[in-house]
Amino acid sequence: MTLVLLAVAVWVGGWALNGWLTRGGRERLRAVRVAVPLIFGATILLCWELLVRGLDVPPAILPPPSRIGATFAGNLPVLWGDFVQTILKGAFSGLAIGVAAALAVAVLVDRFDALRRGLLPVGSFMAALPIIGVAPIMVMWFGFGWQSKAAVVVLMVFFPMLVNAVAGLADTTQMQRDLMRTYGAGYWATLGKLRVPAALPFVFNGLKIAATLAMIGAIVAEFFGSPTQGIGFRISTANGALQLDMVWAAILVGALAGSAVYGIITLVERGATFWHPSQRT
Amino acid sequence: MRRSVLPVLWVVLAILVVWYVAAIPMNVREVLTQAERGGAQVWGGTAAERQERSALALVARNPGVAMAGWSQERPRLPVPHQVAVELWQSTVGEEVFGRRGFVQTGEFSNRSLITHAGITLGATVVGFLIGTAAGVLLAIGIVHNRAMDMSVMPWAVISQTVPIVALAPMIVVVLNSVGVQGLLPKAVISAYLSFFPVVVGMVKGLRAPDRMQLDQMHTWNAGTGDTLRKLRLPASVPYLFASLKVAIAAALVGTIVGELPVQRGGLGARMLAGSYYGQTVQIWAALLMAAVLAAGLVGLVGWLERRTLRAMGGAA
Repeated sequence: MTLVLLAVAVWVGGWALNGWLTRGGRERLRAVRVAVPLIFGATILLCWELLVRGLDVPPAILPPPSRIGATFAGNLPVLWGDFVQTILKGAFSGLAIGVAAALAVAVLVDRFDALRRGLLPVGSFMAALPIIGVAPIMVMWFGFGWQSKAAVVVLMVFFPMLVNAVAGLADTTQMQRDLMRTYGAGYWATLGKLRVPAALPFVFNGLKIAATLAMIGAIVAEFFGSPTQGIGFRISTANGALQLDMVWAAILVGALAGSAVYGIITLVERGATFWHPSQRT
Repeated sequence: MRRSVLPVLWVVLAILVVWYVAAIPMNVREVLTQAERGGAQVWGGTAAERQERSALALVARNPGVAMAGWSQERPRLPVPHQVAVELWQSTVGEEVFGRRGFVQTGEFSNRSLITHAGITLGATVVGFLIGTAAGVLLAIGIVHNRAMDMSVMPWAVISQTVPIVALAPMIVVVLNSVGVQGLLPKAVISAYLSFFPVVVGMVKGLRAPDRMQLDQMHTWNAGTGDTLRKLRLPASVPYLFASLKVAIAAALVGTIVGELPVQRGGLGARMLAGSYYGQTVQIWAALLMAAVLAAGLVGLVGWLERRTLRAMGGAA
């Protein structure tokens, strides 16, 4: 019971601290802007830990974060193998193929207006579908290895990427295109020097969506069949054995990988589209 | 109208043609094995030797036999008309003519895709509504409380980059073990998935009014509640609908994945069962049904969006 009361005290204390930090001009400090979300996250973790211990929640329902951390630290080689299998082999190879194919098709679609009017509605329609459902079919075609996961990822990322890239390539004004004409630039020069750079913010936006979809595709496809490693395999087998600390540790791997990829894409975006208004703050 | 529909029809037609053509080499190995069992002469040696040869060569040397790839019972790649027939039989056929169908018993058959689609649809819609309501409430809190804004928003953005769907099997199993079954565990996942897009979109929308408009409300002596009701909420509607379209598609994916670990009906359960028993046509039919569901839901949100924006006097 004391632990539960302590959890309440931590919650109130955390909010009081954040409330104090965000008042009276302190919120403009850089350190405060970083600290406030961290304090909030720590508050949640601490409350979780105290409540689980205080209320005697069985670890087969919700393990405390300390135990998840211990499982994560104790199974690093296994989890690293899962990471390599699912993220590096499945998600990344699929992401690379899917994005490259989408960009190539986007240039084609942009060049031929008939293709654009035909493919774009189909593309936006496909982007809204639960494409993850093709996972059992891909596993049947390409086997249990990473190839079938990559195939699912290719299908999942292709259409969002295509729609974004086509929108980006169309994002130049008549004035800019006329200027290129007065320079005597042909189609390829205009494409390389004006339209591709103009499309980059859209491409990066699509890339961020695609990266998350790639993780989801690679993990969920493993639920339909996988070799004896992989994040999705780990989740489904540990789940069946009610080792929920292992499930959470596997999800932590996915979360870390997802955030890291997102961070890398954002950094590259900042470097590549430094001229765009959204990057100049 | 003709300018916009005709190119789409051409693309769809091209997809169908590619699909039919691809089905022949995709299915040729099984076709040849079956033909061999039936006593036919097949080029390419034994089944083991045929594994070494390319599918295209097998098709070219067995032109007559390979055409049976369009009518196999368990093809690697079923052709569109097979999927259409399966879809028809497991919906209309099952309900109207089946022994357990709607016409005979007054209830939808437990073998029909309509039942399974209904199960999935119910969980999706319930979860979507819960997630949207919670998301809107949290967004209102974030806009009015700076501590909440600075604490929660970074996590809301990060959570979008995390493959949350992977949690689905665990949530279902855990909720099952504490006695919560049926629709609710899946709805929890859908709610969770539709929650964050709504939060992020709504915060942007509620902040859309500029300084000038807020000052105007101020000069009219409007309080926080009045400003919220009369300025912020109306201004946020376009943002809300944009995120609702994302949210409902995510909610459907969440439900389908949530149906994988527990085999109690739904399109996800149907797909997994099909993959266990090699019933490819059944998987494709379930997939098509999920696509119809997704298109219907997103279309419905889009229709509501157009109606609402028109009623509010917007340009769209």
